[in-house]
Amino acid sequence: MRLYLPRDSVTQALGGEQLATALKAEAARRGITLTLTRNGSRGLFWLEPLVELETPAGRVGFGPFTAADIPALFDNPATHPKALGLVAELPFLKRQQRLTFVRAGVTDPLSLDDYAAHGGWAGLNRARALSGAEICAEVTKSGLRGRGGAGFPTGIKWETVRKAEAAQKYIVCNADEGDSGSYADRLLIEADPFCLIEGMAIAALAVGATRGYVYLRSEYPIAAAILSQAITLAAQSGHLGGFHLEVRLGAGSYVCGEETALLESLEGKRGVVRAKPPVPALVGLFGHPTVINNVISLATIPHILADGAEAYAAFGLGHSRGTMPIQLSGNIKHGGLFETAFGITLGELVEEIGGGTATNRPIRAVQAGGPLGAYFAPHQFDILYGYEEYAKAGGLIGHGGLVVFDDRVNMARMARFALEFCAHESCGKCTPCRIGSTRGRELVERIMTGGGAEPHLALLRELCDTMKSASLCALGGFTPYPVLSALTLFPEDFTALPAAAE
Amino acid sequence: MTDNWSPERAKDIISAHLSLEGPLLPILHALQQEFGYLPREAMVLVAEALNITRADVHGVASFYPDFRSQPPGRHVLKICRAEACQAMGGEENAEALLARLGLSWGITSANGALTIEPVYCLGLCATAPNAQRDGEAFSRLDADTLEALAREVL
Repeated sequence: MRLYLPRDSVTQALGGEQLATALKAEAARRGITLTLTRNGSRGLFWLEPLVELETPAGRVGFGPFTAADIPALFDNPATHPKALGLVAELPFLKRQQRLTFVRAGVTDPLSLDDYAAHGGWAGLNRARALSGAEICAEVTKSGLRGRGGAGFPTGIKWETVRKAEAAQKYIVCNADEGDSGSYADRLLIEADPFCLIEGMAIAALAVGATRGYVYLRSEYPIAAAILSQAITLAAQSGHLGGFHLEVRLGAGSYVCGEETALLESLEGKRGVVRAKPPVPALVGLFGHPTVINNVISLATIPHILADGAEAYAAFGLGHSRGTMPIQLSGNIKHGGLFETAFGITLGELVEEIGGGTATNRPIRAVQAGGPLGAYFAPHQFDILYGYEEYAKAGGLIGHGGLVVFDDRVNMARMARFALEFCAHESCGKCTPCRIGSTRGRELVERIMTGGGAEPHLALLRELCDTMKSASLCALGGFTPYPVLSALTLFPEDFTALPAAAE
Repeated sequence: MTDNWSPERAKDIISAHLSLEGPLLPILHALQQEFGYLPREAMVLVAEALNITRADVHGVASFYPDFRSQPPGRHVLKICRAEACQAMGGEENAEALLARLGLSWGITSANGALTIEPVYCLGLCATAPNAQRDGEAFSRLDADTLEALAREVL
């Protein structure tokens, strides 16, 4: 009997380890030889813990699984009350276009055999036969843009580093996934770490780098353990050649997800943002030319090299080529990772695929792109998913998170939170962010405690304008997005709160 | 976590990391893992080993929320306060818990058993609300299961 149970952070946080022990104990009691593979998650989180049973027809799922569901699984899986049928046929999975996440949940994340059997290393092998310039050209042709949120064309960044003359160059992976509502980096690292490693090795070949770092947030201990083991295995297998790769842990600072603050932090300094130019591609880690890309950008590279730039660029909308792993979060019935071509509407994502709210109440607002992203209201649900489309609507896709709120949310509170978070996380280098966030929070507070809408609202808008145009990085520069969108879409909330609500 | 300060142990930890590029954060993580916080004496040793000023070390250590200058309670419960958890009532659960225990964010219980701290996102946002106790995450919490996490170690 062969079973699969993820050991990703979500399953572990839902008692995965105890379930694994109980499954093995039950099998032993019944004298059944059980092979239990701890795979990565497929990203259907509302079904986790998701136990899969291998059958001649394919893998059959059971979830959300609890210890009480174990005896029936061994008695008669066909009539199990939690039976979901073939996992690959579940509509949530079937509707996706999985290119970057093709192996997620399918394979054992630490099995090199699994990785190779499911198309692993094909991209790196092809890259070895190409020149650095050819690899960069292929990535540029794919249309891949920075999946961390900034959306800068990856191939152009690489070409800049490749052309730079230097004795030492670095590949840095930004795995400081701090946006609430985002977990694509964590899922990829926990489900398919070799894919990220392969992408970084290809980047190293492309630009002539010999050292690489993954800057991973400390809030992800399971991802850190899996990735460190995977790097050791990949290095031992000889796939990395002379490329030296290390994991470094962040220390709880959100602003270190900003690329220059991240580089400062890697160097052992305070995570203070650097002024640009010079860009990190020319003056990056320890002053050397550095490719710094998000996890998803790098993990998409093996697919692009293996299947070709055209195949990737065939997906998408306008200047947003390829696919995006969109993360459905917060108050949503079917929360999980949905990788799909750009161009899908917000309504399809949160209502059809996500199934509406978990609380069965109407959706009131959706925050797109993390704490620095704008809120959207249901009348905007026809917006198409793409970098330019969201920017035009006064928002951003960011790292692909969507956080759903039901009709009980108070949007003045959310605006206050956005400013409070900015104040909490500001690196302190530029004044609009350092001071503006605190003054902004005070303004929202005054409105909420009965200070009246005017003149505070006018001041708040003016302050947001200053933060937008004069902040050094996206933290101060984009915090106005959630604030202004809340203000514009839900002005009725910007009044004194009833005493009971606060 | 106990105060088991040992200058010899600290020196060993520091020198084990000196061959790294940018060794300061790995050293601070390792020292905190060993001692539960960053003792002032350890910061002096770090400054000497890296040939930087004590102010530099203090500046870095105090920038990052993970690093502690004081020992926390024997157990640390980090409750997520970010948007996805807020959307599922995490904030209300947290406030209710603090009120029931008579604690505030960042304050250790009188018996030294528990410190409750905020955390901004654990990356489990599809199964919110979430918390992390002593490094282990817990998901789909409600007011009762959250309170149980605290009570079990109080």
